[in-house]
Amino acid sequence: MDLGFEVDQRGDYTVLAVRGEVDVYTAPRLRERLIELVSQGSHQVVVDLEGVDFLDSTGLGVLVGGLKRLRSHDGDMILVCTQPRILKVFEITGLTKVFSIHDSVESATAA
Amino acid sequence: MAARGEAVRPLGWEEADVELDIPARPEYVSLARLVVSSLASSRRELGDDRIDDLKLAVSEACTNAIEAYEPAGEERVVLRWRDGQDHLEVDVQDQGPGFDPSTLPERPSVTDPMRPNFERGLGVPLMRALVDEVMFASSDDGTSVIMVLYCPPVPPGDE
Repeated sequence: MDLGFEVDQRGDYTVLAVRGEVDVYTAPRLRERLIELVSQGSHQVVVDLEGVDFLDSTGLGVLVGGLKRLRSHDGDMILVCTQPRILKVFEITGLTKVFSIHDSVESATAA
Repeated sequence: MAARGEAVRPLGWEEADVELDIPARPEYVSLARLVVSSLASSRRELGDDRIDDLKLAVSEACTNAIEAYEPAGEERVVLRWRDGQDHLEVDVQDQGPGFDPSTLPERPSVTDPMRPNFERGLGVPLMRALVDEVMFASSDDGTSVIMVLYCPPVPPGDE
């Protein structure tokens, strides 16, 4: 099982598209990619979760950590997610109130 | 057979229908998910969303079990599956130092601006929300998390 990433620059936004399963094994790779983006100066980050098949609390923790890191640089993290089973994880944990979640990269980068 | 609402006897005390013994390492959690979702798929009363719920709850329990071993060594995590007529049970057991779920640290509410300072502590609330019953049995010998999912019979005519 592997986690795939694609990075795309859209105006002021850096879009990180994630593909695969985010769990205790793969979440450290997502954390590394986010830290890398921030250290390269990307402070407005869109994380596209449409290619994610599974996300658990370790994945949520990494996203929360990324958001915190970005906010400390006056940046922000916007999520793209329309899959009910992934959205459910954000809803149960109440993180829908912490993250701005959009239904497309276009809508996220137009924000 | 246990009726709904009646306490279900924890699985570890009886013979399991399926037992999966994995190394307590992160790379094996996906195997536990795969096994559980394929076992759950054989219960035709369960919809895909319920199977996803169980898969996530089991993943959280395995993650906690693995993280109970610090630093990781040659320890094992044992997952036991038991099919009941109107429910199914999954027991995830480790031999880590154990914990008391009632003493888990309080996290700020999600609407609290401090919440993003806490990256952990979401696993147990998720487990509680996803399955119908969660029981924690912790002792000096380790922790057992027993998860129960009710499987109401398919009404006649829907078969």
